[in-house]
Parts: sequence; C-alpha cells; structure tokens
Amino acid sequence: MDLSTTYLGLPLAHPLMAGASPLADDLDTVRRLEDAGSSAIVLRSLFEEQIVREQLGAAAHLQAHDDAFAEALSYTPPTTVFAMGPDTYLEQIRRIREAVRVPVIASLNGATPGGWTRYARLMEQAGAHALECNLYVIPTEPHESGQHVEERLLAIVASVTSSVTIPVAVKLSPFFSSLPHFARRLSIAGARGAVLFNRFYQPDIDVEDLDVVRSLHLSDSSELLLRLRWLAVLSGRTPLSLAASGGVHTTVDAVKAMMAGASAVQLVSALLRHGPGHLREVIAGVHTWLDEHDYTSLAQLTGSMNLSRCPEPAAYERANYMTLLQSFHGEV
Amino acid sequence: MSTRTITVDANEAVASVAHRASEVIAIYPITPASPMGELCDEWSAQGRKNLWGLVPGIVEMQSEAGAAGAVHGALQAGSLSTTFTASQGLLLMIPDLYKIAGELTCFCLHVAARTLATHALSIFGDHSDVMACRQVGLALLASGSVQEAHDLAAVAHAATLRARVPFLHFFDGFRTSHEVNRIEQLADDDLLALLDEEAIAAHRRRALTPDHPVLRGTAQNPDVFFQAREASNGFYDACPGIVQATMDAFAARTGRQYRLFDYVGHPEAERVVVLMGSGAEAAHETVDYLTALGERVGIVKVRLYRPLDVRALVAALPASVRSIAVLDRTKEPGAVGEPLYVDVVTALAEARAEGWSPFAAEPRVIGGRYGLSSKEFTPAMVKGVFDELSRPKPKNHFTVGIKDDVTHRSLAYDDALDIEQPDVVRAVFFGLGSDGTVGSNKNTIKIIGEDTPNFAQGYFVYDSKKAGAVTISHLRFGPRAIRSSYLIRQASYVACHAEQFMDRLDVLDLAAPGATFVLNTTQGKDAVWGSLPREVQEQIIEKKLRFYAIDAYRAAEEAGLGRHLSTVMQACFFALSKVLPPAEATARIRASIQKAYGKRGAEVVARNFAAVDAAEGHLFEVTVPGAATAPRQRPPQVPRQAPDFVQRVTAVMLAGKGDSLPVSAFPVDGTWPTGTSQWEKRGIALEIPIWDPTICIQCNKCALVCPHAAIRVKVFDPREMEHAPASFVAVDYKAGELAGMKYTVQVAPDDCTGCDLCAVVCPAKDKGNPRHKSLDMKPARDHRDRERENWAFLTTLPDTDKRKVHLDVKGVELIEPLFEFSGACAGCGETPYIKLMTQLFGDRALIANATGCTSIYGGNLPTTPYRTNQEGRGPAWANSLFEDNAEFGLGLRLGVDAHARAARLSLTQLAPTLGDELCKALLDSTQDDEAEIFAQRERVVILRQRLARIEGMEARRLELIVDYLVKKSVWIVGGDGWAYDIGYGGVDHVLASGADVNLLVLDTEVYSNTGGQASKATPLGAAAKYASAGKATGKKDLGMLAMTYGNAYVASVAFGAKDVQTVNAFREAEAYPGPSLIIAYSHCIAHGYDMSHGLEQQKLAVDSGVWPLYRFDPRRLQAGEPPLKLDSSGTPKVKVRDYMKNEGRFRMVELKDPKHYAELLAAAERYSANRHAIYEQLAGLHVTRKDG
Repeated sequence: MDLSTTYLGLPLAHPLMAGASPLADDLDTVRRLEDAGSSAIVLRSLFEEQIVREQLGAAAHLQAHDDAFAEALSYTPPTTVFAMGPDTYLEQIRRIREAVRVPVIASLNGATPGGWTRYARLMEQAGAHALECNLYVIPTEPHESGQHVEERLLAIVASVTSSVTIPVAVKLSPFFSSLPHFARRLSIAGARGAVLFNRFYQPDIDVEDLDVVRSLHLSDSSELLLRLRWLAVLSGRTPLSLAASGGVHTTVDAVKAMMAGASAVQLVSALLRHGPGHLREVIAGVHTWLDEHDYTSLAQLTGSMNLSRCPEPAAYERANYMTLLQSFHGEV
Repeated sequence: MSTRTITVDANEAVASVAHRASEVIAIYPITPASPMGELCDEWSAQGRKNLWGLVPGIVEMQSEAGAAGAVHGALQAGSLSTTFTASQGLLLMIPDLYKIAGELTCFCLHVAARTLATHALSIFGDHSDVMACRQVGLALLASGSVQEAHDLAAVAHAATLRARVPFLHFFDGFRTSHEVNRIEQLADDDLLALLDEEAIAAHRRRALTPDHPVLRGTAQNPDVFFQAREASNGFYDACPGIVQATMDAFAARTGRQYRLFDYVGHPEAERVVVLMGSGAEAAHETVDYLTALGERVGIVKVRLYRPLDVRALVAALPASVRSIAVLDRTKEPGAVGEPLYVDVVTALAEARAEGWSPFAAEPRVIGGRYGLSSKEFTPAMVKGVFDELSRPKPKNHFTVGIKDDVTHRSLAYDDALDIEQPDVVRAVFFGLGSDGTVGSNKNTIKIIGEDTPNFAQGYFVYDSKKAGAVTISHLRFGPRAIRSSYLIRQASYVACHAEQFMDRLDVLDLAAPGATFVLNTTQGKDAVWGSLPREVQEQIIEKKLRFYAIDAYRAAEEAGLGRHLSTVMQACFFALSKVLPPAEATARIRASIQKAYGKRGAEVVARNFAAVDAAEGHLFEVTVPGAATAPRQRPPQVPRQAPDFVQRVTAVMLAGKGDSLPVSAFPVDGTWPTGTSQWEKRGIALEIPIWDPTICIQCNKCALVCPHAAIRVKVFDPREMEHAPASFVAVDYKAGELAGMKYTVQVAPDDCTGCDLCAVVCPAKDKGNPRHKSLDMKPARDHRDRERENWAFLTTLPDTDKRKVHLDVKGVELIEPLFEFSGACAGCGETPYIKLMTQLFGDRALIANATGCTSIYGGNLPTTPYRTNQEGRGPAWANSLFEDNAEFGLGLRLGVDAHARAARLSLTQLAPTLGDELCKALLDSTQDDEAEIFAQRERVVILRQRLARIEGMEARRLELIVDYLVKKSVWIVGGDGWAYDIGYGGVDHVLASGADVNLLVLDTEVYSNTGGQASKATPLGAAAKYASAGKATGKKDLGMLAMTYGNAYVASVAFGAKDVQTVNAFREAEAYPGPSLIIAYSHCIAHGYDMSHGLEQQKLAVDSGVWPLYRFDPRRLQAGEPPLKLDSSGTPKVKVRDYMKNEGRFRMVELKDPKHYAELLAAAERYSANRHAIYEQLAGLHVTRKDG
C-alpha cells in the first residue's frame, strides 16, 4: 500500500522516521536509518545555551591561566585552531544532506531571541529541509503567568519563521492550559507543524546523598497514551502537521499515533534500544497491519480516531473514568 | 624583497626561521625555550610547510639528551635538523654536540640562554649555559634583540651550511626570548636566497646511506686520534669569514648590516665596553646618550663568539681606546676572569706580541660580571662601568648591578640616571595572573606595533606563585626602534588592576612625575582617596599624578565577563594615554578582539565588545587633595613576630625590593630556612569556607583535600577554650579515642585560595536545606577579620600526639601538616598528597624533589612551604635536577644508612660505658609504629645525656649521628615528566636497587610546570602541547613496569576517588622495606576545566576504569596471596566518554576533528578495558613462592 504522506509540506514516503536523538550524530548510523526506511532524518537539538556556556567555559578554563606564570604562558595547545560554536552541528547537517536522499530536519533549542534566529538561519544555510524548534521551557517564576509564557514562546516562533524560508515545526511540552488554542496561535505565528511532545530530563532525588540526579530514561509504550490524547484533540482542528514523538515502540503504537492524527511518527527510544534496523520492522509491520485490517489508504487511517471522529470523544475529554451509571445524559 | 612588520617575541621570531629552514625538529620542553618547540609543533600540526614545500617532522623526545641524539641521527641521515633548548637542557646535549661538531655537521641549535642551577635553580637569563659549551666545537652566535634573533637565526642556518661548523645561536632567556617587539619579518625568498643550495646538496651527499656506505664514529687510538682531531682546523679558520660573508649577503638583501663585532660609539672613543646579548642594547642606548653629551665612549657588540676572530675583534676597537671593560653575563668561580674577558685580554696580548696591535698605548682591560639570572642591566649601570674606566685604577673583576658588601667587588653607580626619551610612552600595568592583563597588553602592542607607524615593546614580569600571582607589564611605544632592554623605571602611565596591591606593593614607585595613575577599585568616587594607605596618597601628591579610578570588576561583570577585567582596562589605557585617536582606538580594539576571540565564539566576542563600550562610562578622575589624609600606613609585609631572617630578607623580597638586598643578606651555599610561607599573608581568596559545627560529621575530608593546608581540623583540651576569642567555635569531639576533647574546623583566611574543594567534598548537608553544608563558601571580606583572629588562636594549640590517633583518613588530619600555603595553583591536585605524606612521616622525612611544579611550589623563593612541628622536626628538602632525582634520593638513602650503620657500630662499641640495656633497646627497636618511634626518640635523648658525660672522640662522633638511630623516611617526589620520561632511567634503576626509598609520582599526565606538554603519561585522546591533535598512543603503564621487578611496592591512587586507599597506600609504601612507587592521579589546570570539579573527575577516572586503583605488595606472596590487589571495580560504573567529555583536553580534540576524536575515544575505551582485563588476571594469579 502507498503510505506516502506530507509532513510540514515535505513529501515523505511514509510517516515513520527516527526522531531527534544522538542517532544522527554518526553518519554511518544515519545511513543505516535511511536503509531501514526512515522517511526523514531529525538531528538532535542544538542547544544555544550549551554553546554559549561552552564558549564561556573555554574562555574561563582553557585560557584562564594564560600569561600568568613565567614558565607556562599557556597550558593547552592553541585554542584558536578550533571553533567554539555551532560549526560541528552545521557541518553534520551538510554531511547528512550529502549522505542521504530523505529530508533532513534540524532541531534547535535557543536561549536568546537573537540566538534562535541566528542559528535557525545557519541551519537553513547548512541545508536543512525543515526545522524543529524545541520549545523547552520550565517556568519557575511565580510572577510569570501562563499567558506570558505563551507570548514569549510565540514571539520566538514568529521570529524564527520569519527568518527562514524552510518549514518550521514546533516541538511542545504537554504542559499548556489550552493546547488547541496555543496550536492555533502557533499556526498564526507561521509554524507548519507541531511535534507532541518533547521529553524532559527527569530529575530524580538521591535520598542518601540529598542530591538531585538528572536522568533520562528511555520511553516505553505507556508514554504514548498522553500523545494519543492530544493528537486526537488537535487532529482535524489545526492546519499544523502533527507528529507523534515519545512512546512509539511497536507497529501497533505507530498505528495508534496515526489513528490519533499524526502525519509523522517519530521513534527514538525503540531505535536506541534495538538499533536502526528496528524501524524497518515497524514500517513493514504497519504495511502488514493495514493490509490485514483491510485499510485502503493511509488517509483512511490518519485521524480516524481523533476527537471528532472517534466513537466516544468523552474518553479523550474526561479526566476520570465514569461507570455506566455515571454516564447519564438525560434529565432527571 | 618584501618586508612585513610583525610584533612577536624572540622565541617566535627564531622559530619562524628555524621551522622554515628545517626538515626534522626534535623537541623537549624547558623554560624559556619551550615556546620555540611549541610553535614548531603547532605549525607542523597545521600543515605549515618549510622553504622546500615539506611539513617539518616534529618529534618530542624524553629529554634534551634524547633530542640531541635524535637530531644527530637526522643530520647523519642528511636532513636539515634543528632543536631548541636552554640551561640544564643544553648541558644534557653536550655529548652529542661534541659528536656533531667533530663530524663537521651542518646544524643550527637555538638557545634561549638561561642560568645554570648552582646554589639554586633559576629560570631566568644569563650566559652560563652557553659558556659551558664554548669548548665543544660549535660556533657561538649571539643576538641581543628580537630583530637580531630573527636575523641571526637566518645567518646561523645559512652559515653552517657553508662552514660545516655547527652553530649554537643564542639570545637572552626571558629578556629577549619573551620580549615582544616590532620587527621586520624575513620572507621565504630572503631565506632561500641566503641558504646555499649547493651546500645543502653537499650536506645530503654526506648522508649515511647503504647506497653509498661509509662509517662514522670509529674508535681511534693514540697513533692517529690527535692528528685526525687537528684535521678539522681549516673549517674553524674559515668559519668567521663565512659568517661575515653571510652577514654581508644578508645586509645586501635586507639593509640590516651585522658584523662579527659591531662597534657603536665615538669614533675616537677612549673608553669601550665589550659585551654580548641583550645587555648590548642597553649599552648601545647609553652610548648614544653619552656621546651626545660629548663623551668619548663606545661599545663592541660581540656577535660571533666562537670561533673567535681575534683580528676582527681587535679591529673593531678604536685605536684611540685607553681602557676597556669586558662584561660577562656568567660566573666562572676560580678562573682568572670570566670567559669573554679572558678572550679579550688574550686577543690584545696576541696582537701586541705578534706586532699588529693598532693601539697607540696598550689599553687597560678590566672584566666584570653583570645580569646573572636576568638581573636588571640598566643605562645607570653602563654609565657606572664607563665611570669606573675613567678612574686611574679601575677595579678589575668587578660586579655591577648588585651591592657586594662582603668581598666588595661591586661598582657603585648613580641608580637615578634615566636616559629614556620623553616621546616614548612608558606604561606599567600591575595585574592579577588570572585577570587577562598580560594578554590584553600583548594585543595592545600588536595594535600599536602592527597598525601604526609606532614602534612597540612589551616585557612581562611574573611572580613565583601559581595562584593569585602578580603580573607586571612594561610597555613602551615610540617613534624609534626601542632598545631599552630593561624594565621601565619612570612610567608615564601606571595602572593597578587589583586594589589589594596598594597595600602590598610600592606600585607608584615606578610612576614618573606628572604620570597618569589608574586604579581598579570597588570603592566609589567619594571613598577611593580615603581607601589608600598614607604612603600612596603622599606619592600621588608629591609626584603630581593624575589619578583615575574605575570599578573594572563591575564593568566586566556587567558585560558578562566575570572578573576578566582586561578588556575594560585596555579600553581605559587607550582612552587616557591617547596613543591613538579615540575612535580609531575603539575600532582597533574591536578588530583585535574579533581576531583574538573570533574562534572562541560570538558570545565571547560580543561580551568583550560590550566591555570596551562600557569602560569609559565607569572611569572617573579622582580629586586629589593638597595633603595626605589617610590615618593608616601600608601594613608590614610580614607580622612583627616573624623571625629575624624573615624580617630582614624575606619581607624585602615579598615587597618586590629583593634587588636592594646586599650580598651579605644571603646564605653562601643556597641553604634556606623552611617554614616561611606562614609569614606571607596574601589574602587572595574572594570566598573562604565557613564552618557550621551543628551539622558537621567530623569526617575531616575538608582538611584532607585542601591543596594549601589552609583548612585544619584540631582536637584539643577543653581548657584551651578559656583563651579562645569569642568567635572561635568548637564542639565535642565524637570519636572515642580522644573522648572529652574539643573539636574545631578552622580556615586560614589569608592563606586560602578559595578553590572550593573543601566545600565540594563536605558530605554534611543540612537535612532541612541540603543546599547548605557544614562548609559553605562565603565572601572573604565578610569573614576575614574574625577568622584571622580564630586562626591565630588555632596556631597556639598544641599538636596532636601521633601516638594517640589511628592514622587513617580521619585520624591523619588531626596531625599537623608540615607542608602549608605553597605557591601551587588554586585547587591543585598534587599538593594534598605531599601534605598527607608530611602528616604521616614529615617529622622524619628527607625529600628529593625533581624539578617541576613540585619544586617550584615547594622551593621557589621568597617563601618555603615545608615547615617544622612544635618539636622543630620536619621534612628536609632538596632539589638536585630534573633528570637525576631518583638517583639523588637513592644517594640520600645511602648517606642516611651510612650514618645509621656508623651510629649502631659506635653504640655497640660504647655499650659498656653507656649502659648495655639502653644500647640494646636502641639497637633492637623495630620502630614500626609511631609509639616505637617516639620511644626510640626518648632513648636517644637519654643517650645524648649519657654521651655528654663521656670523654673521647668516639663519643663526640656518635653525638653527631645519634639522631640517625631514629628511622628516616626517604621520599623521592616528582611529576610524570620526571618519572615517565627524563628521569625514567633513574627511576628504573632505583626500583631495581632494592633500596628502601619511596617514590611519589604526582601524575598530571603532562609537563605541567612548563605549560602542558605531552609526556608518556598523557592518556590516549588527550590534547596536549606536542600532541595537539590528541595523543594517539596509550599512557605508559609505569606501575606495571615497576611490578615486573617483583621487589617493589607499587600503588596507584586517586584521593578524590578513594581516600582510604590513598592513605593505606602511603602507609604501606613507607613501611615496605624496599623500594616503593606511588603513582598519584593529580588533576591539573592543564586538563582544561574548573578545578573545583577535580575530585569528581578523579572519581570518574576511577569509575570509568581509566585510572585503576591498586596496591602491589610483594609481601603478600609470602602469605600465598597474589601480590596485586585491585582497589577499584573491574566493571566500569561509568563510560570512559563520560569522564573524557568533561575535560577541555579531550573536548578540544573533538571540536577540532569529531571523527578523529571518535576513533581516539574508541581506542581509549579499548585500552582501558584491556588494561583492566590484564590487571584482573594478575590480581587472581597465585604464585607459589620458591625460596632457595
């Protein structure tokens, strides 16, 4: 069956792709992903904050001891022979572009308004077909309202979309008061797609050492459920291309995501766990599943279980389970 | 001919020629020549080609002897080869230099001339190293300035090809090697025109090759050696002519004419000074000044010192000369005179004897020494020498530049003479080592020297400390070439970048009347004046200085640069000095920032731009009142209770006035008192640890990790609290062994460097607010006064009796460290090991210390960190050389053992008189724990008393050596450069010797002291100088090599990972009755990260398997156990990459070439895994001991 689709305006052979991850750091792995059928390659996020911190860190620690002691006017080889900045990342975009035929999607997490647009332009110049803006925000200020947070993020999206000509997707967190409203405004701000959702570092507590320990566990299929709900809510009610990211491990997971409305399905944890070849199995599985279940087209599947088309929308809308008795709709 | 103006130092100027004119370059780091090798390595790594399109091959060797050997081989193979060295390094090359010369090999060696170690080591410049080579058969060619060093390097490379005499081209260490000056750079075409292709071809034809085989290096016998040795004479005879011809050819191309001996001065001079090197520049300037005043004086600059062309030398002297002073920058004790003096006297005598003397009357010749160890050589001193020549009976064998009040050889001179021209801008900057002052001043010189018609010169004075160091930059800008090869004495611009210097140093001593003075201060406009000590206020008023102030820290912080204030202060300099129009200055600073920081990232550039823009807004002029108002004077350099020597000598050195000390102030043989660092209160920490006793768990880890012994734990009798200051805090001691005692943790606020390690390691968190620990770093200014008083009280408390504590991690910290407040870097990873050793064994330790960081923070004056305990015992320390340390330590052991044997023999003989029981106890004591050692010391006291009552020589002899009846502990300490490379032969031999010595290798995995060059300890994948692409080979496994002897105790430790194992290893090593080797992981600033994370990185190194912990104890064999015991897990808990990614030395490689880094990383992971696998097998190996 023809599974070709369009994501962010980019024609794809099918919706399944490797999501943003270190998998794209290595060119051989990228080739293996393409061989396994990945319909696009998404690079891991370039974090502006990391670049700036590394630049300042290098200035502080590699050069801090220069010209301070007669016997050692420096302590490291010259630091002028390598660049402290996004060059490595941009070079990787170029190399992946040369190595594969599928679209290449860069991912950016900016820290400053100028940084977002500067790096977005550089990524476009390096050859990225599309850009994923990884909006990663943890509001910690009691004085900042949710509305203000949204305005801040929308201003970033607007600045990025007006700086580049390539399509821009926005990778979101699930923590919005009204995701449909925010999605509508993202679209107005020029975004072409939304990726649901990014996965944050999960701080844990070491109760012995009284330390906060940062960790990022690989996902499992249970994480998909959150995505399914919000894909279903947004599907058909926004012009944004929707991508599922997080919790897709199996063929059935992928099918569910598409049913909920995803036109692109990103896999990361499953591929990190089982290797790039796993993608081939999932793609083949989707083909088989659709055949076995007598689907005639991808369009028939996509969004079929969204809020407006599913048999019981209340299941998406309700916060808790209702017994039969509680599901009384008539008047007393 | 194309000329390009550059501002560089002589090291770079020389390396630029040497790299282009060579095919093979063998290098080894040594101050002050290291930058030449570093630059060549860097250029080759970047693919820069030589004159013939080939990238010169660079090889780092294990020592200078190795470099000379490699060069010798490369030359014999017909290639063009060079190397660079200085001082002891040059001495190590001498055997090969004889060979290279004896074989008439075309070769050029460049030497940044440096003092040889005698009564003391000195990294600074004089000609004692070069003079030790005048007999080897190399031509010696001297340069006196950066331009000359560049030019004569080319002349040397060219002349050796034609002459077949190898050349040693030298220039003064630091004064020239590190002076930045504007020069005209020789183009490739200039060099190619100079280097004779046919001579190169001839050199190649002489190559050893099996295609045309010959044999060199025969052994010759009395019948022929002599004649064969004389066979080379013709080449030496011809050499001066070839050099002059090369100089002439050089002049024809560049316009810069040199002669074998250059005369400068009055054509009919009556008084002439002969000298070579940078001193000739100051003399040249002085002669210009004096001849303009009508004086008939002149100088002869010696260029080609060997082979000495006697006729050219005599011809260079005006026939009118009546008296000559020959100045040598070296000392040859016992000689009739120093070498150049003797040569001049001999030359004149020969001329006279042979009847070709041009002089109407034979001139009188006197000789003198000047400038040893970069001692200043100023126009005032030159004038003093000329004045001496005017005397009817001038003093011969004099010294100039010091006051010799013992043998009265020094000349008096008018130190106030200042001949600098008013149109030369003279600026002096006092900076903190870490604030970027020197770096931005180098940029300023480049801006002015390369972008304007002005000439520019910069020279930088550093102090002997690695943390909180003072730098003093001396910058001159002017319309003429700057020959002033001495420090600025009268500055038109003085900037002090750290306000605390105003209390420590006489900053304004260098300010000329009417000069501009800029002070970086946190004081506001109304408070600046009042914050100054009275002496400073008086100087400002008397000298009528224009006084400006700025809170540059705030300006830098606002620009996001932290405390890196140099860009702010650079902008202030341009704004106030007006050497450039303001708009042009700003544009040029911005351009230089872009150039300097461009690769470091847009953010760094943007923040520096912001600092430039903000600077003027923060700068303000201070209104100077008519009279000084300050009630306070500058505090004394050392407290009044400091010992006499410290008051008379050390304090003067600390004030930066050591030049004023006369000869009589000094010990005659380099012997210095220990324990003087305690008097140097530097107060450099911005934050100090403050103790919260309520949550302290009394683990003592803070004291263990402190690199400067600046935080102490103490257990003491509660009654002592009666005398404690009100703010002194103590709690009940929790451990059972000293129950009922009080416990305290106390910082030495003026000795702490603020490195953070104690606070990082502190495990005691406040359960309700874990961000707060028992030790938190807090602003020093809020706590210093109180903690100073508390510290003073702490030092009055009695030492803990070693017999009463378990010498484990916790207990050992109750023992007074006998190594404190060293000059090591903040957060140093080496010093905690040394401190630990002194706590355990310092009261009976002799330390042989290899040259390197350990010898610099351990023995670089003004102050010494090794100290004594309350009984007056402590480590006795000596540094012999870099290369011989293991052997030196073995010698100490042998000497000590000889005394002990003699004492035991005497004791046996005198036993009937002294009392058999006492003697038997003394002889039988095992001294295997502190209680036994204490008991033995008590017996020695009784023995002394009894000996005093006995007549006779035998008793007197025994009295001298009774202390050797108490066990001595010999420690051989050094870094990886010593143990893995230059000293490895000795280490190996001493391990094999079976002698009871302890080798402590503080492994930073690079040559830290000379600036991070790779050693064989450098790990795979790390970038280091000489391995800038990342080291491609694995770290040498020194421990494994030592284990193969089977008779040595070997331990690998990392105190940040497992302190218990570290302490155990030290105790076991010392107790082991044979050679012991401890290889100690030492984090280092050369690893490229914030040292406050040093302990975490140690742990990651161990947990990743990169640094396995183990103890190999041959004694375990007797118990039927494997001698090797692994103390770290064979299964890595973290990945090697997670260790490596945190350190700049690895990250640099990744940034430069990610693919290459990935390969190196994979190789490092394999190396680590394989090493562990082997260790695990060894640790499971049961060897059946076969005795007999």
